[in-house]
Amino acid sequence: MQYKSQAVSKPYFIAAMGLFVAQILFGLIMGLQYVMGDFLFPHIPFNVARMVHTNALIVWLLMGFMGAAYYLIPEESETELFSPKLAIALFWIFLVAAALTVVGYLLVPYATLAKMTGNDLLPTMGREFLEQPLITKIGIVVVALAFLFNITMTVLKGRKTAINTVLLVGLWGLAIFFLFSFYNPHNVVRDKFYWWWVVHLWVEGVWELILGAILAFVLIKITGVDREVIEKWLYVIITLTLVTGILGTGHHYYWIGTPEYWQWFGSIFSALEPIPFFAMTLFAFNMVNRRRREHPNKAATLWALGTGVMAFLGAGVWGFLHTLAPVNFYTHGTQITAAHGHMAFYGAYVMVVITMISYAMPLMRGRAANSNKAQVVEMWGFWLMTIAMVFITLFLTAAGILQVWLQRVAASPMSFMDAQDQVSMFYWMREWSGVVFLIGLLVYIWSFFIPGEEKAKA
Amino acid sequence: MFYGGTIFFFLVFLGLTYNTEQVLPKRDNRAALADPAVVAGKKLWETNQCIGCHSLLGEGAYFAPELGNVYKRRGPEFIKAWIQAQPTGAPGRRQMPQFNLTDKQLDELVAFFKYVGEIDTAKWPPNIEG
Ligand code: HEM
Ligand code: HEM
Ligand SMILES: [Fe+2]
Repeated sequence: MQYKSQAVSKPYFIAAMGLFVAQILFGLIMGLQYVMGDFLFPHIPFNVARMVHTNALIVWLLMGFMGAAYYLIPEESETELFSPKLAIALFWIFLVAAALTVVGYLLVPYATLAKMTGNDLLPTMGREFLEQPLITKIGIVVVALAFLFNITMTVLKGRKTAINTVLLVGLWGLAIFFLFSFYNPHNVVRDKFYWWWVVHLWVEGVWELILGAILAFVLIKITGVDREVIEKWLYVIITLTLVTGILGTGHHYYWIGTPEYWQWFGSIFSALEPIPFFAMTLFAFNMVNRRRREHPNKAATLWALGTGVMAFLGAGVWGFLHTLAPVNFYTHGTQITAAHGHMAFYGAYVMVVITMISYAMPLMRGRAANSNKAQVVEMWGFWLMTIAMVFITLFLTAAGILQVWLQRVAASPMSFMDAQDQVSMFYWMREWSGVVFLIGLLVYIWSFFIPGEEKAKA
Repeated sequence: MFYGGTIFFFLVFLGLTYNTEQVLPKRDNRAALADPAVVAGKKLWETNQCIGCHSLLGEGAYFAPELGNVYKRRGPEFIKAWIQAQPTGAPGRRQMPQFNLTDKQLDELVAFFKYVGEIDTAKWPPNIEG
């Protein structure tokens, strides 16, 4: 660690891991409710568990991005963070707001929560992923703006590199597109149309810039490859991302009442979206192959390579699978969507945040890398989680194909609930894979508690 | 390249958005929104977090049936009776909560489903089962 203020990222990473555990526990609850419908009912209905699962995911990824930015920006800008105090204050505000929101979801009926938190003033709640009460949404904006102010000031007073510029653009984009979550017209078609400006333009737009910047930073550090080479790759990747991803939004405008030309724009441009993800795979492997030093942190290298592969599989391959309009006509809103959502989120964003944590945590704890034993355990965590996620995806895909067949293609289509009963075996297998995932996560967390031996090399 | 490409495609995107807004009145059944019951129904849909289990025009959760076409599939009376009868309490079956809605609110939800059901969705879903 070269700058003292980089240490502010540590609480962000720790809280992120805590929320990750909560996310997975609620995932397992839902997975069980898929096959044992009355499990925990009426205490935790499925919809409540789902909000906790997805909102915890989003919040801990945001925490991870912020932590990553606080670590990366001072080092890239070669100056201390503008205000470490602000960073710590924002951490507590964000954590408390997130915790209160989850408590609200769990303890208060949603309709009551909406009333209590001023949803009548400006109704924004009750839409997928954007379920947060108005005050939480405002809190997110305030925290995001103060965070952006802090890191932007840092970059302005220091060195400007491609990496910190791309990261800044990505984070500003994240905040700007979140503003569309406040726009909720009565017209369902327009509501859905602009809802995707948050969701799609995040994961297939500005978040990819964040992903690219973090990956590039870690690759420079662990491979020692020249900055010019890495920055060239980064530049190509983010250009491809936005050139394909912006119009690729059209793959969500096939069946929601929008004009039918979107079937063409959406299909063509989103079919090109896997290219930047494939470029990321090549990027990671090429840089590691051309490495000019043997960094002692093998685990971080594994996570970086894993991100390259799994992001391409989850977003690129599983995305392509259902992105062409004639295919999506049958798969839209089925378990195929869930399969893709899981592997894409895990492969791209979960893994890149863990890559950063894996690289930065040992340095913040005064060593270049963890002890060999700790790294071996960490790698076990990597393989358990990653393989479990591959199986979750495969089982959901199998369930999805059968669902599409039984409910949408067969000569005498089955009702939704009957089709669900037919595929329950795959839901059971998904749940067991989920248990393995949780074990992997616990193993990963355990690796932090194994003492490190190696001395800091800075 | 990066800024040029991004700005170019973003402008195209904005252009298509503008055009979409021009075409939408012909497809999105907005006339139905003149009825306050439809607007109130949408709010009920949101504040009871129905999307946490169901999908609407294919978006949302995949735990319970698609409701964009439920008005056609089941009709108004069935929908109201169903919501009132929850939870079924059938052992092992997926459960839907009791939302304690008034008769007026039930009618508003039905009006909302009718409105959504008449949006031109390019013939999606493939059949009535959603
Ligand atoms: C890391 C990047 C990505 C993430 C995190 C991601 C995540 C998701 C999620 C969570 C959904 C479900 C949204 C909902 O609940 O309605 C979704 C839908 C979808 N994604 Fe992705 N995605 C990514 C990249 C891609 C790419 C590159 C493609 C295309 C090649 C793609 C194609 C689709 C399609 C077509 C849908 C709609 C599915 C449907 O009709 O039900 N995604 N994505
Ligand atoms: C133990 C493992 C997990 C289990 C059992 C699980 C289970 C589930 C279930 C049942 C749903 C709801 C599907 C529906 O709407 O019907 C869901 C949604 C979701 N989960 Fe998980 N999950 C797990 C891990 C994860 C992980 C690791 C991630 C992120 C990397 C994740 C991200 C998501 C997302 C983004 C959605 C929304 C998907 C969509 O709208 O298409 N889950 N999960
Ligand atoms: Fe998308």
